[in-house]
Amino acid sequence: MKGNFIDNLPKVYGIYTGGFIGFIIIMAIAEQMGMSAKAIGIAFVAFTVFIYALIGWLSRTAQADAYYVAGRQVPTVFNGMATAADWMSGASFVAMAGGIYFKGYGYMALLVGWTGGYVLVASLLAPYLRKFGCYTVPDFIGTRYGGNLARFSAVVVLTVASFTYVTAQINATGTIASVALDIPFQYAVYVGLISILLCSMLGGMRGVTWTQVAQYIVLIIAYLLPVFWISNKMGAGFFPHFMLADEVARIGELEQQFGFVKNAAADLKSVPKGLAGITKAHSAVNATPWAFISLALAMMMGTASLPHVMMRYFTTPSVKAARKSVGWSLFFIFLLYSSAPMLATLSKLSLIDPNLPTGIIGKTFAEVEAIDWYQNWNQANLMFISDFNGNGTLELNEFFMGGKAVVLATPEIAGLPYVISGLVAAGGMAAAMSTADGLILAIANAISHDVYYKIIDPKAETAKRLLVARVLLVVIGFAGATIAAMEIQGILGSVIWAFDFAMSGLFFPLVLGVWWKRANRQGAIAGMLGGLAAGTWYLVWVRTGGSGFLGITQLTFGIFGSAVSLVLMVVVSLMTTEPDKATQKMVDDVRVPSGKTILGKSH
Amino acid sequence: MSNQQKHWEKTRSLLFITLAIWFVFSIGIFLFGAEMNEVTGPFGYPWTYWFTCQGSLGAFVILIFWFANRQEKIDEEFGFSEREDE
Repeated sequence: MKGNFIDNLPKVYGIYTGGFIGFIIIMAIAEQMGMSAKAIGIAFVAFTVFIYALIGWLSRTAQADAYYVAGRQVPTVFNGMATAADWMSGASFVAMAGGIYFKGYGYMALLVGWTGGYVLVASLLAPYLRKFGCYTVPDFIGTRYGGNLARFSAVVVLTVASFTYVTAQINATGTIASVALDIPFQYAVYVGLISILLCSMLGGMRGVTWTQVAQYIVLIIAYLLPVFWISNKMGAGFFPHFMLADEVARIGELEQQFGFVKNAAADLKSVPKGLAGITKAHSAVNATPWAFISLALAMMMGTASLPHVMMRYFTTPSVKAARKSVGWSLFFIFLLYSSAPMLATLSKLSLIDPNLPTGIIGKTFAEVEAIDWYQNWNQANLMFISDFNGNGTLELNEFFMGGKAVVLATPEIAGLPYVISGLVAAGGMAAAMSTADGLILAIANAISHDVYYKIIDPKAETAKRLLVARVLLVVIGFAGATIAAMEIQGILGSVIWAFDFAMSGLFFPLVLGVWWKRANRQGAIAGMLGGLAAGTWYLVWVRTGGSGFLGITQLTFGIFGSAVSLVLMVVVSLMTTEPDKATQKMVDDVRVPSGKTILGKSH
Repeated sequence: MSNQQKHWEKTRSLLFITLAIWFVFSIGIFLFGAEMNEVTGPFGYPWTYWFTCQGSLGAFVILIFWFANRQEKIDEEFGFSEREDE
């Protein structure tokens, strides 16, 4: 039956996709018949979460290799989809188009960084770690360098990076659940958490894999459908990606015409927190080469160091499949990322072009305040206008919006039916849930496998190991939700920090573990702990008023951290004895795809 | 030189080529972002803008598949590709 399921995957997910489209159509009909917007939102979120929970339950397992690496039988393309869902977080889905909308070119370094990193994953790491046959990333570090301290250091870096990331994701599920289900955020966070745990608790990596594929399908439909629909409705082009050049040029023209008027500080005080105006050019180059490149570079190296991504490639049937699977992952990510700038363009133009019926710049305040969608989103604290110069008409610098509104509100502004907004909510939920699942699992697996089983109790039986793994999953989930409920940082800020933490401590120890035979235990430990400490120090220093150097900001502190890590690792390795013959042989074996994995099938 | 050393040598040169192409699309072209954006590129978008929206992203996708195929050929050449039953 098991092999059967793998063979039938295209059919299973084909039926699932058809069923989901059917559900959208039923909701659209229900809307025409008078179903309320609120009921549609609840139906979308509840229906999709129920399906994920069902998949999670069907994937339950009591075997270690199914729990940790989905039995290593996930086909290339499906692993690509799962990785794409694992990768694209609530931030990618809800906040990315908004970031592009407000910050333009300087922000788009993230698009390049969050895709280019996969070239590093494919060429430097994924196939070799797959050959290694590890369950977790610290498993590789612990075996390659040897010793509990190396293993434990890797767990520390992994936990710091992934935990920073996961609070942001639980926060995002909470935000969406609170809007869609209309409950207070403090409770919605826990509703989100329970949905997340339903996917991963029983089936571990196997459950997460098959729910992530399902979540990818929901999120990509939810992202692309509105983009195409809006583009066609505005008459901007049948295929927006290839046809929006005129619109991009038109925005540039309008920017010239309106000018970027700087608001007085006193005026800006009246704008609600979190909302911003359009102050940067849409398509012009508005950042220095180094600002752009350093951000892109930090994100690329961070990508190659984040354990929740790397562990997805442990689930493929072969080394060859792991390589190809990275390509598919990036292809599926590309579908969404290349659409985000198009959505930002359509959203901006529809709001600021006075020649369009939806344009509000140049209208009188009374006119804008009478618009339904303006009232809705103003109430939701995502839109705000204020007549700073007192001339009665809305100017570009008098209009403020929240970053999330670009994805959440554009369908409504463009006049699409509410069913699309419900769909977008389900997509955002899927994006945030899938990433949160991958992250919580990465942390819980590292602690249960590497700390509990490998260090504390190597004789533990499988049943006990998996029990510990599940208990940790719940504990880490609740810890994350508790911090998320405090709402300390914004979604995007903490996501970027996670990349910097990961690259500070893990990039060079991982890469040199494969590519430099001479790298040894002492060097790796110095590299991991020293890199993490240096990166953290730099972040704290800049946050507390430090000036920084070389243009490295709090968003790119990983560049400093990883540089320290590299220097420490090389210097300490060369000062201490080279790895023994057995370790060198192990590295040789990792470098060829054929032969047995380094670690046994079940270890 | 042993078979395995030759295999690794070829693997390493493929890595350098891959990283060189990666460098061009992720870093190289953005050194000239401002100048390049003055020129109209594919589909009528300004060049730099197009690269950040689609060009570099698409190049990475193609690069990974190209790399995977080349690496498979290298593995086959030296008899290191996996057998199905492993």
